[in-house]
Amino acid sequence: MSDLLNLTLAEARATLAAKDISSTELTQAYIARMEATADLNAYITTTPDKALQMAEQADARLAKGEGGALEGIPLAIKDLFCTEGVLTTAASHILDGFIPPYESTVTTNLWNAGAVLLGKTNLDEFAMGSSNVTSYYGPVENPWRSTDEPDRKRVPGGSSGGSAAAVAARSALAATGTDTGGSIRQPASFSGIVGMKPTYGRCSRWGIVAFASSLDQAGPMARTVEDAALMLQVMAGYDPKDSTSAAEAMPDLSAALNQGVKGLKIGVPAEYQVDGMPEEITKVWRQGIDWLKAEGAEIVDISLPHTKYALATYYIIAPAEASSNLARYDGVRYGLRVDGDSLAEMYANTRAAGFGEEVQRRVLVGTYVLSAGYYDAYYLKAQKVRALLRRDFDQAFETVDAILTPTAPSDAFAIGDNEDDPVKMYLNDIFTVPASLAGLPGISVPAGLSERGLPMGLQVLGRMFDEGSVVRVGRALERAADFTAVPTMVREG
Amino acid sequence: MSLDKATVASIANLARIKVPDDRLEAMVGDLNAILGFVEQLDAVDTAGVEPLASVTGHTLPQREDAITDGGYQARVTANAPESTHGFYVVPKVVE
Repeated sequence: MSDLLNLTLAEARATLAAKDISSTELTQAYIARMEATADLNAYITTTPDKALQMAEQADARLAKGEGGALEGIPLAIKDLFCTEGVLTTAASHILDGFIPPYESTVTTNLWNAGAVLLGKTNLDEFAMGSSNVTSYYGPVENPWRSTDEPDRKRVPGGSSGGSAAAVAARSALAATGTDTGGSIRQPASFSGIVGMKPTYGRCSRWGIVAFASSLDQAGPMARTVEDAALMLQVMAGYDPKDSTSAAEAMPDLSAALNQGVKGLKIGVPAEYQVDGMPEEITKVWRQGIDWLKAEGAEIVDISLPHTKYALATYYIIAPAEASSNLARYDGVRYGLRVDGDSLAEMYANTRAAGFGEEVQRRVLVGTYVLSAGYYDAYYLKAQKVRALLRRDFDQAFETVDAILTPTAPSDAFAIGDNEDDPVKMYLNDIFTVPASLAGLPGISVPAGLSERGLPMGLQVLGRMFDEGSVVRVGRALERAADFTAVPTMVREG
Repeated sequence: MSLDKATVASIANLARIKVPDDRLEAMVGDLNAILGFVEQLDAVDTAGVEPLASVTGHTLPQREDAITDGGYQARVTANAPESTHGFYVVPKVVE
C-alpha cells in the first residue's frame, strides 16, 4: 500500500499545495487501492478514467498556484448523489442503467472546489438499512475483523456502508454520505472513522435520491474531525433549488476546531443508558465524559424524556415519506420496466421486481399509515411526538452547549446477523434517530476498540446550526482518544 | 390492531407493488411486527401538541411563477425504458 494513502485530507492538501506530490500521483495510488480492495464491494461503480482526467485538471490549476479548498483531493461519492453522465443506482434494481443528465448540488460544490471523483459507493437500497445488506449489488464488507471471529465478514453499518468501508480501507481519502436516521454516524462508528451529519437544511438535497425528505441530510465521512470539517465547509451552502435549504451562514469550522472545550457545558442524557447495552459501550461513554472533564468541560446530567419513543416515531415518518417519494419509480421515466397487460399491471410488476424486500416493506408501511382513516392515528401522532422530542432537546440546550452519547448500541455485527426480524435491525439507530427527528447536527468520532477489537464511536450533538461546537467537542474527543488503530488489512497493506 | 392478508393485499395494490400469494403471509407478519412496534406511541400524551413538520421553522420561500428551466426534451427522456418523438411510451390505456 502506498504511503500516500496514509495522508489525511488536511495533510494531502498541504502536500499538494507545496507541490511535493501531484493530484495525479495521489489519485493513481487510490485507484490502485480501489482495485486491491475490490472484494470489500465498497464501490458500485469506479470511475478511474474520469478521476485521472479531473486530477490532471487539478494539477494544472495547482501548478499555477490556483485551486479550490479541495483541489486534487480524491473522493468517493455515495451512490445516492446524482452524478452527470455517471451511473447512479441508489443500490436499487429499479434504477437499472440510470445515467443522470444533471449533477447534484453537493457534488457540484465539491467539484467546483477541485475534488476528484473516484467512484460511487455502495449503500443500503434507497438508504434503507443499518448494515448495507439490502443493496441490490450485494453487501459491503467492513475492513475490520473481530479477534474472536476473525473468519466472519462484518457489516460496515449503513446505509452509507460503502463510503465508510472505503474511507476505513484507504480506498478513498474521504467520502460523502447521507443520514436520514443515522446513516452517516452509525457506519462511521462501526468502521472506525469520523462521520458528520449537519443541521437539516445545511446541505442541499437537490440531486440526492430522496428517501424521507424531512430527514435526509448529506454530510462528510473522513478519517479525522478536521478532514470532515474541511469537506463539510465545501458541501454546505444555500441552494435555491432546494426549498428547505437554509440561508444561515455556516460558521468557519476550521477556526472552531481547536478552540477546546474549556468552559463548555456538555449534557449527558440518562435515557441513553438503555437496557441490554453492552458494558463496553457504557465504558467508552464514561471514558468520553472523563476526557471532556479533563479538558475543562463541565458535565451536566440531563434528561431527554421522550427518547424511548424516537424509533417508533421514525418508523412511521420515514416510511410515510418514502412511500410518497418512491411513487416516482413507475417504469416509465427511468430505470427498470417489467411489462404487464395494462398500465397498472406494468407499474405493479416493475415495482415488485425493482424494489427489494426492505424497500417493499417500508413502502407498504408508509402507504398504510398515510391511508384514509389511519393518517391521524399514525402519521399525525408521530409528528406530535416528534415535536415533543424536539422540545426535549430545546430544553436541554437551554442549559448545555453540546450533548455526548454513544453512537450505536453495539460494535459491528457479522453479515447475516440481526436479519431475522426487521425491528431488531432498526434498534441499531436508537441513539442516532432522535437528533435526526429534531434536525440537529451530530458527529461520530472513533473513541476506542471493543474487547474483540472492533471500533466504537462517540456521538456529539449540537444546537441547530451550531456545527462549530460539534466539531470543537468532536476534535477534543479525538485528541484525547488518540485513536490510531487501523484494520489489519490496512496495517499489512 | 393487526393486519390480515386481505388488508395487506389491498395496501400492496394501493402502493402498486405486486405481492404474490406465496409472499403475502410473510409480509403480513413483517408489517404486523413493525406496526406492533410503532403502536407504543399510543402511550404518549400529545394533547395540545402541534405536529412538527419543519425542524428549521423556516417558511418555504416563494418565487415568481416564471419558466426558469427546460427546453431539453431529449435529455429528459434519455433514460426512459421506451420513448418516441420526445414522448414517454406506456402500455395502451385506451382501446
